[in-house]
Amino acid sequence: MELIYFELLSAVLFSIGVYGVLARRHAVLVLMSIELILNAVTINAVAYATHIDASGITGQIIAIFVITIAAAEFGLALAIILRLYSQQSNANLDEANRMKW
Amino acid sequence: MSGEVIVFTIISAMVLFGALGVVSTKNVGHATLYLLITLGSVAGIFILLLAEFLALVQILIYGGAITIVLLFALMLTRVDEFSSIKDAVQRPVAIVVSVLLLGVIITPFLQETLGGQSLTESNLRTLGHELFTKWLIPFEVASLVLLVALIGAIVVGRDD
Repeated sequence: MELIYFELLSAVLFSIGVYGVLARRHAVLVLMSIELILNAVTINAVAYATHIDASGITGQIIAIFVITIAAAEFGLALAIILRLYSQQSNANLDEANRMKW
Repeated sequence: MSGEVIVFTIISAMVLFGALGVVSTKNVGHATLYLLITLGSVAGIFILLLAEFLALVQILIYGGAITIVLLFALMLTRVDEFSSIKDAVQRPVAIVVSVLLLGVIITPFLQETLGGQSLTESNLRTLGHELFTKWLIPFEVASLVLLVALIGAIVVGRDD
């Protein structure tokens, strides 16, 4: 299959994720958009690796690492969001400005 | 149009449908379910690339772990504001920025001449062998990252 299909899919998915990160105010929704971006990158890595060697092992290993780091990031971010809820009783990122002077 | 392309079109339509749902719905619970559609369909894309282990990992970790944890975290917080999430004021700017970004990313893709390549099946044995010989140190570092994230999440989430 032509590589361009996978490239276009991951480019569109990445842009949707960037839009979500920029336009959303709820912290959980921003986190979900980050997951979209990470998935777009993973698709690209796996598709390109099939052009380096036909089995595409390297891309799959990079994708496994991306998924691992995404899981770690997700757990930590949810803990921070729960803490944000208990401090300001919502997860609105515009109001989370107490670390600013 | 070959059968592969038809399957790819259907799966990527599902991926984009879920992704647009995540960034446009006003309900956080619905957004989680849309995210599940996207992540499950990305597993289908991995199967098209003959990366069946990756598809399995994608469904287990994203579908099984992350979505469940997300729903639990939403249940532990206040439910009344779920269905009325407002977007930020910079929404028009965000649309412009993401469309421009899409153009910037796609332009070199359309100019390159990399064609298709016939894929060979990658079995699990090769993948495991590669992971535990050539990529052993990144693998160990990843396990350390998971440990640090686990302890960090407990410390941050604890009541004091």
